[in-house]
Order: sequence, then C-alpha cells, then structure tokens
Amino acid sequence: MSNATLEAVSPSLQPQPGAPDNWRRFFSFSTDHKVIGIQYIVTAFIFFLFGGLLAMVMRGELITPEADLVDRTVYNGLFTMHGTIMLFMWTFPMLNGLANYLVPLQIGARDMAFPRLNAAAFWMVPVFGVILTLSFFVPGGPSQSGWWAYPPVSLQNPTGNLINGQSLWLLAVALSGVSSIMGAVNIVTTIFRMRAPGMGWFKMPAFCWTVLSAQMIQLVGLPALTAGAVTLLLDLTVGTSFFNPELGGDPVLYQHFFWFYSHPAVYVIILPIFGVFSEIFPVYARKPLFGYRVVAVSSLIITGLSLIVWVHHMFASGTPGWMRMLFMFTTMAISVPTGIKVFAWVATIWGGKLRLNTAMLFALGGLSTFLFAGITGIMLASAPFDIHVNNTYFVVGHFHYVINGAVVMGFYAAIYHWFPKMTGRMYYEGLGKLHCALTFIGINLIFLPMHPLGLMGMPRRVASYDPEFAFWNVLASLGGFLLGVSTLPFILNMLSSWAQGKQAPDNPWRAIGLEWLVSSPPPHENFEQLPIVVSAPYGYGSDEPLVANDPAHKPTHDLTEGVSP
Amino acid sequence: MSTANLDSTVDADLQAQMAHGAEHEEEDHRLFGFIVFLLSESVIFLSFFVGYIVYKTNATDWLPAGVEGLEVREPFINTVVLVSSSFVIYFAERFLHKENLWGFRTFWFLTMAMGSFFLYGQAVEWLGLPFGFRDGLFGGTFYLLTGFHGLHVLTGVLLQGIMLGRSFLPNNYAGGEFGVVSTSLFWHFVDVIWIVLFILIYVWQ
Ligand code: HEM
Ligand SMILES: [Cu+2]
Repeated sequence: MSNATLEAVSPSLQPQPGAPDNWRRFFSFSTDHKVIGIQYIVTAFIFFLFGGLLAMVMRGELITPEADLVDRTVYNGLFTMHGTIMLFMWTFPMLNGLANYLVPLQIGARDMAFPRLNAAAFWMVPVFGVILTLSFFVPGGPSQSGWWAYPPVSLQNPTGNLINGQSLWLLAVALSGVSSIMGAVNIVTTIFRMRAPGMGWFKMPAFCWTVLSAQMIQLVGLPALTAGAVTLLLDLTVGTSFFNPELGGDPVLYQHFFWFYSHPAVYVIILPIFGVFSEIFPVYARKPLFGYRVVAVSSLIITGLSLIVWVHHMFASGTPGWMRMLFMFTTMAISVPTGIKVFAWVATIWGGKLRLNTAMLFALGGLSTFLFAGITGIMLASAPFDIHVNNTYFVVGHFHYVINGAVVMGFYAAIYHWFPKMTGRMYYEGLGKLHCALTFIGINLIFLPMHPLGLMGMPRRVASYDPEFAFWNVLASLGGFLLGVSTLPFILNMLSSWAQGKQAPDNPWRAIGLEWLVSSPPPHENFEQLPIVVSAPYGYGSDEPLVANDPAHKPTHDLTEGVSP
Repeated sequence: MSTANLDSTVDADLQAQMAHGAEHEEEDHRLFGFIVFLLSESVIFLSFFVGYIVYKTNATDWLPAGVEGLEVREPFINTVVLVSSSFVIYFAERFLHKENLWGFRTFWFLTMAMGSFFLYGQAVEWLGLPFGFRDGLFGGTFYLLTGFHGLHVLTGVLLQGIMLGRSFLPNNYAGGEFGVVSTSLFWHFVDVIWIVLFILIYVWQ
C-alpha cells in the first residue's frame, strides 16, 4: 500500500488510535487494544522515571562511603520502593503494553478477546501505583524490607499502625497480581482462540510465542505469590503466626512462596524481550529467523523449566544439600533453551546485510548485555560460588544487566521499531542513536563495577561502606547519572516526532508481518477483512506471500464474504 | 497482493476454517477464559495445601493446648450435602438445556439451598470451636483454609442467585447459557477443593 491509500483511510469516521490529533482518547476508558497498549506503555514509563529518580538518590548516597545524603532508614525505603516500582509498576505494565498493542495485530485479530476486561486491568495500574506512592506519606514511611518483603523484617511494624508502609505495599502488590491475572487470562485466550484463518501455531510470529509462554507463567506463578502475600498480610495485621518465628511460624516457607513466583517472573520479563529480538533481527539483517520453530518451542521449554528452579535464590537460606544440588542442576539446564535462542539470533545476523538504525542498535546492545548477564547467571547457579557472593553487589550486577540491560534496551528497540506503526510518524534517527550510545555506556558504567565490588565482598542494601570500595562506587554513581541523562533525548525524540515527525509509510522497514500490512497507525479494529495467512513468518528473501488477501481493504471477492462482519 | 490468487492459495480446509472463524462466538471465548482463570485460581489453593502439609509434618506440637482435635461428624454431613449439590446443579443445567425453565429453577434453587446449608453448618462449627485464628499454626491454617474456601462457596451461591434472577428475564437464555455453565463449573470446582480440604483437615488428624 502507498501513502495515497493512507490518505484515503485517515479522513474516515473511525479515528486512528495513536495518531497525535486525538490524544484525549488516552484519558478515556477506551477498549481498543491499541489505545490500551499505549496507555500501559506511557503510564509504565512515567513510573520508570520515578523509580529511576529514586535510584539516582541512592547513587548519590553511595558516591561517598559515609551515609551522609540520606538517613539509613530513608535509604532502606528507597531501595525497597525502587525495586518494587521498577518491577510491578514499570516492567510488567510495560510488557503488557507491548503485548496488548502487538499481539492482536500480529495474529490478525480485531481486538483482544475481552476488551472491557482489558481496560479494567489497565486502569488498576494507576490505582495501585498511587497506593504504593502514598506509602511515602504515612507515618513511618514506606516499606523498608526490600522487594522480597521477607519476614521477620517485614513483620516489624515499628509504628504499630494498621495502615503502614508494609501493609500498603502488600495491598499494592496484591492488586498488581489481580490486574496481571486479568491480563494473562485475556492474552492467553486471545492467542489460543483468535488467530487469523490459516495462522497455525508455526505460522505465528515468535513474539506471540514468547508472550504466550510468559503469560502462562503468570497464571501458574502469581497465585502462589498472592497466597504468600495474603498470609503475610494476616500475620502483619491480624497477628497470625504463619511466618512469624517468634510464634512458631516458618519464615523460610514465605521465601518459597515468594520465589516460586518471583523466579519465573524474571522469565515473564525476559521472554517478551526475546520475542522482540526475534522480530527485529530478521528485519534489519534481511534474513529469516534462524531455526524459527526451535526458537518458538524453546519459549515453552523455558516456561516449564522456570517453574522448577526457584530455590537458587535460597541457596543460603539453610537449604539442605540435596535441594541445593537439585536446583543447581535445573538452573543450569534452563540456560540451554536460552542459549539456543542466543545462537539463533547470532546465526540470523551472521552474514546478513545489516541496517544499523536505532532499533537494531538497541537490539544488539540488549543482546550483548543479556549475554553478559547469562554468564554471571550461570556462575551464580553454582551453589558454592553463590554462597560466596550471595547478598553482595555481584547479584545486583547480574540482574541489572538483564533487567536494565537486556529488558530496557529491548524495550527501546521495540519502541523505535514500532513507533512509526503506533503513531504514523517517523522518529529522528540522530537523536535515537545518541540515546542508544548514552544508554549503553551508562548501563555498563554503572553495573560493570558492581561485579568486582561483589567479589570483594561489598554487601547489597547498605547506605555506607568501607572506603576500600569507594573507587568502583564512584564510577557506578557517575554511570547512574549518565543513565538518567540518557532518557532526555528519548523523551525529546518521542514527543517531537509524535507531534511533528515525518509521515510514516505503512511499512517503513520493509518488514514482513501482519501489522505492516495495515495503515500506520492502524485503523480501529485493525483489519477491514481478516487476513488469510498462507506462509510462515520471516519470509525474507523468498517471494512467497504472507497472506492470500489484502486485509487493509474490503473484500472484492466472494470467498471472503463470510469473513468480514 | 491481488485477490486473484485467492483460489489457488486457499485450500478447502482453510475455507472451512474461515467460515467457522468468521463469527467467533464471544461465548466460546468467555468459557475458555473462565477455565483458564479457574486453573490459575486452583494454584492459590494448591499453595495453601502445600503450606498446610509442610506445617503439619514439621510441627512439634501441632494442636494448641487444650484442643483434642476436630469433630468429624457434622463436617461430614456438610460434605455430603455439598458434594451432592454438584449432581443437583448438573440436573438443573440439563433442564435449562432442554428449555424446561421451571425444572431449571427448581433444581437450581435446591443447589442454592444446599450451598447455604453448608455455609450455615460451617458457621455453627466455627462458633463452637475452642481455638481461634491466632492459636498457632493449627488455628491459623484451619481458619485460613476453611475461610478461603467458604468465601468461594458464598461467591458461588451469590452467582447462583444472579443466574436465578436472570432466568425470569424474558428470553435471557435464548442467546446462550454462559452464565449458568460457568457458575456450575465454578460450583464443581469449589466442591472438588472441599473434598481435598476435608481429607487434609478432618480425615488426616
Ligand atoms: C542464564 C540464565 C540465568 C541464570 C542461570 C540465573 C541465575 C541466578 C541466580 C542463581 C540468582 C541468585 C543469586 C543470589 O541471590 O545469590 C539470580 C538472581 C537474580 N536473577 Fe538471575 N539468572 C538468569 C537469568 C536471569 C534473567 C533473565 C533475569 C531477569 C529478567 C534474572 C533476574 C534475576 C534477579 C532479579 C535476581 C536477584 C533477585 C534478588 O535477589 O533481588 N536472571 N539469578
Ligand atoms: Cu532466579
């Protein structure tokens, strides 16, 4: 399709979600999956900035060995809220936003299976976000027990109030769980039941495979966290004894509930980003995704394995030897399907005609940081090594390379790649590349020093430290501030391109996929007629068509009569 | 892509799929989604069960001082009533399927009555117990498990009330019976959970 047809579509009565002229719809209870997707992403990004601000205060504190900038209790509140916001208010909603926007388009559906449930799930995000933020203002301040909320620390409640930082924290996390379950039911149903005619499982894009796998984890894991959170809340408010060792309770059981969910949760986080990589590399290397079927199925294998590795977070919790051995083995096993994916991406890029624009650069950066984190992950999986560095900055370095490295860079890659589709405008390449460079340098500058720090024995979650650790900490703090600055070109780029960027064609990257067959931004309900999918995705370099009809236009042929409403 | 190559590329199988997929009934999705939800919900119970088993097998003094154990007779009667109601609701559903509305209402109401009897029996039992929520892990897990399950029974009865009321709206079930089917599914779910609970709490003492 050319720009001429775009012109013909836009003035129609259906407003196009994403176009700048109708921004008011983002403040409404819209049930359009594209509006909801953008709502999720923007809301989450605001929390990302908030969580980042807290992190910079922490780095300000850590730039000198003494606890001088903030009080120790304030510091405890800062790292607790930082971790909680970054996971529950930024990462999960952001990924739900990407899934919401892309899945129906990629599987050729007009919307999600349950549009109203979808909107309700989204609107819970600002609600529990506000609840969590309010905990800054209650007497005693926010929760200080870290994002794990391990008892007995989380049961202390020094102010004695029923409404305290910890109980608000638990309430917010429980609501976040409800919202995520609603989202997961919706997404799983959509993928199972609403794929376009002809789209068998192995014609479905890899991104949808990863989203499906991730959401299945949510369905199995989240209820366990909810069970743990509810019982902890009862201990805290009613005075039951489930996890309270003074009353005969078992605090380690809480750790099991927590990690039974929260380990798989890291795969909920990374899987969709794997999907983004699998989408982006073929486009900018002009080659089919290497081993597409294996890559697709490996997501499901990861889902299965991710449910049986959680004890690697508890190697140092008095865990018996046989359990350590067992979970050390399963943890190492999970890096096999993960490694397969990495090889597939490298093989996809290998020998391709690379187009290094911003999205591709971010994806390459994310892949390299992921590789690094995977290596430290396997080191941590080995119980003897883990017991040495457990609760040190080495662990903090490991997971930030994944979550701030691979996930945030993968998110940026996705935003740049699909920005023209979402808004109908092109972004500015130059600003994008500046953003990418600052981000990549910032990430490595802040998180690389954490590894030597951890090996030297600097514990995590402390406001002051021995002067021998000062050198690496200063570097890390500088990196942190640089990372903060790196968001500025991004925000500038997004806002100005959205308002006055060049009109985007339907398929600016010459990508193959159903979402690129419709206008930019796609019309309400996406497809004039449901696409009829006839070949597997990623057909770069072959001239087999993806679909047998033109989903952007009303059918002219008898055969498709029954398809359009 | 022109529409001319449609006939060549679209085979018969695909055409059938299109005809079927065209009017994806919303109802189908809802039932599928509800089953997915129930599976997920069952993990909460599973977590509580596992916690209970861990606590019970590791406890040194499980029963609080002065507590001998639980009386089984009344809870057993309660169990029989609740489990039977699963069959009753099945017949109610059958009646609705055959468009016999009064048959449906009678059996549906009977289910509600049996569910309410269960809740009443549980309330009576709770009031007569010599231990409370805060009496050690025994008291805590007992009230948590039975209470959380009781909340589900209550939800089930309320849903049944809504469906009963809706049966009086003209032609309400002409377009499909999603509400009834899912309520009844939920009821079976609540029953199965109770059987496990009964075994864990009352039989295994
Ligand atoms: C090759 C795959 C991976 C392996 C073998 C691995 C292994 C580990 C191990 C053994 C720990 C526990 C360290 C300790 O507490 O002593 C850990 C911590 C952690 N990992 Fe990974 N990991 C892998 C990938 C990931 C991914 C993909 C993510 C996130 C998307 C992630 C996020 C985390 C987080 C958040 C923690 C620390 C949680 C905390 O203590 O607060 N990891 N990892
Ligand atoms: Cu883990």
